[in-house]
Amino acid sequence: MTNILDKNIQNALFNYILGLGDDRLILGHRLSEWCGHAHILEEDIALGNIGLDLIGQASAYLSLAAEVENKNRTEDDLAYFRNEYEFKNFQLVEQPNIDFAYTIVRQFFFDVYEGIFLEELAKSKFEQMAGIAKKSIKENIYHTRHSRNWILRLGDGTEESHVKTQTAINDLWKFTGEIFSENENDNILINENFAPDLKPLKSKWNEIIKSVLNEATLEMPENIGFSSGSRSGIHTEHLGHLLAEMQIVARSFPGAKW
Amino acid sequence: MNDEGRLWEVFTQSKQGAPHEHAGNVHAADAEMALQNARDVYSRRGEAVSIWVVPSDQIFATSPSDEGPFFDPSNNKAYRHPQFYSVPKGVRGI
Amino acid sequence: MNEEQKLADFEARIERGEIIEPKDWMPERYRRQLIRMMSQHAHSEYVGMLPEGNWITRAPSLRRKMVLLAKVQDEAGHGLYIYSATETLGIDRKELLDQLLNGTAKYSSIFNYPSLSWADMGTIGWFVDGAAIVNQTMLAKSSYGPYARAMIRICKEENFHKKQGYEIITTLANGTAEQKKMAQDAVNRWWWPSLMMFGPTDKESPNSAELMKWKVKIKSNDELRQRFVDLTVPQAKAVNLTLPDPDLKLNEETGHWEFGHINWQEFYNVIKGNGPMNKERLKARNEAFEKGKWVREAALAYAKKHNN
Repeated sequence: MTNILDKNIQNALFNYILGLGDDRLILGHRLSEWCGHAHILEEDIALGNIGLDLIGQASAYLSLAAEVENKNRTEDDLAYFRNEYEFKNFQLVEQPNIDFAYTIVRQFFFDVYEGIFLEELAKSKFEQMAGIAKKSIKENIYHTRHSRNWILRLGDGTEESHVKTQTAINDLWKFTGEIFSENENDNILINENFAPDLKPLKSKWNEIIKSVLNEATLEMPENIGFSSGSRSGIHTEHLGHLLAEMQIVARSFPGAKW
Repeated sequence: MNDEGRLWEVFTQSKQGAPHEHAGNVHAADAEMALQNARDVYSRRGEAVSIWVVPSDQIFATSPSDEGPFFDPSNNKAYRHPQFYSVPKGVRGI
Repeated sequence: MNEEQKLADFEARIERGEIIEPKDWMPERYRRQLIRMMSQHAHSEYVGMLPEGNWITRAPSLRRKMVLLAKVQDEAGHGLYIYSATETLGIDRKELLDQLLNGTAKYSSIFNYPSLSWADMGTIGWFVDGAAIVNQTMLAKSSYGPYARAMIRICKEENFHKKQGYEIITTLANGTAEQKKMAQDAVNRWWWPSLMMFGPTDKESPNSAELMKWKVKIKSNDELRQRFVDLTVPQAKAVNLTLPDPDLKLNEETGHWEFGHINWQEFYNVIKGNGPMNKERLKARNEAFEKGKWVREAALAYAKKHNN
């Protein structure tokens, strides 16, 4: 299918799938940082599971992106040999694990988005991409159950956990504006029924977030000062450090196989 | 109870129709988290289609000294077993 | 029945090859030895997450990243299975963890060595998991039911651990000159500490005789160590890497590989807490525990409020 695509669409598709891969790779990487350092052994395993699901999805998207690009690059070339301005992940997912509350809030915001988004992406006319989306739906249901459970417990747990969680929400809120924004690239694909139109989905996300935060006795912040630009390579300072670590071995031995 | 939460015994069912079997235990503060932990710990490779968790202190068991009196009597009721009965030769499906 | 008769009964059961279950009568000494040995084993899995966890974020390909994360996560699972089996002996996991955190519990000396390059992920899987499999295959026949069952589950799951390590090493050994050098360096650093994993020689091992009498262990430290060496030497040859022991030679008569002198002084030094990474490992475990306190408290507070 990919070799009969119009150049313009092919390029848009490549960028789009790259973004999907990058979101999951960077978020999965952040979760993997917890491995061995969680508050209880059971949670080491849980965060590892979710991280593994996400990196697995990233690997599928990146290898599809490489196929669409058709320039002999592999998923690993895309993961390990691009610079930060070439990464298209949401700024939300690159935010560091300041504490467990930040990790859970970041995850919850993403999981709820992912649940709504996947249902639409699974309808894409580009079947290979729809296929990956369909496969991830089950995983997402579990991830959302996990992050929602924790939002409730941290929000409605102790005074301390409540404050920490509210702080994480307030700090991460500004990164949630861009997850439903669309750019020129997206519009090309929306017109072709390759990508879902995100605009009508935002209110659904707001509703779910609001109701869970409410149940957890937490407040939804005001919508002011959203940060954006990740899909065109604009990031926070955190991504550079993450990539420096992630790519160091691969880049130190160019041409080597692992 | 320490701060890791209660101890829960975990039972997993490997496929539909199979019995739930004891897999091990997990620590969790409540049942929902116990289920979640059990899923992560005992079904990382998709070993289970269904999971039960039971607070460990809610399981009541026979003790080893019961071994004789508790179980032996049922061992001598041969009429509970099909081999006890005779069926005329050539008759099938009984 | 008096204690003496109970003990005689118990030992007769062991002799017949029966499996001891948690509620069965057992000598206090058997229970204490099991708690000591099983908790050391569980702690080893838990602390053992750290040297490999150190490289998850730097794994050089997506495949390797997933495999390593899955492996380290398995170690958490295996620690948990063994803690779970230890709890059947009437001790709480919290108590065991306290002993780990305050430095009074022991764990495998191997995890007090640093993981310095990507090749270490290969040698840890190949040597350390290889040694662990030799040990655990034996323990799967242990006389204590919950321990044996945990081992069976672990052996099944750890099948891929050694394989993935050997695959990493094979790839490096067949790779660029630099990669091969990296692999040889890792082999040089991990070989001797891996041999020490089986514990002191039979003559010097204070607990061995009793553990074997009660069939907690079926084979001695030296037997297991020999088995590991015999398995590993041909594997090293197959990938053209040199095990750092000039005295390694095949004894044609016995069919076993004879090896050089193990530096037991180093072993006891590490056990006493003076290994290169003892302090860091304990610090990491303590930090995770301290930083997680508020999370554990939140979960408990929520459960209480919601009547669970």
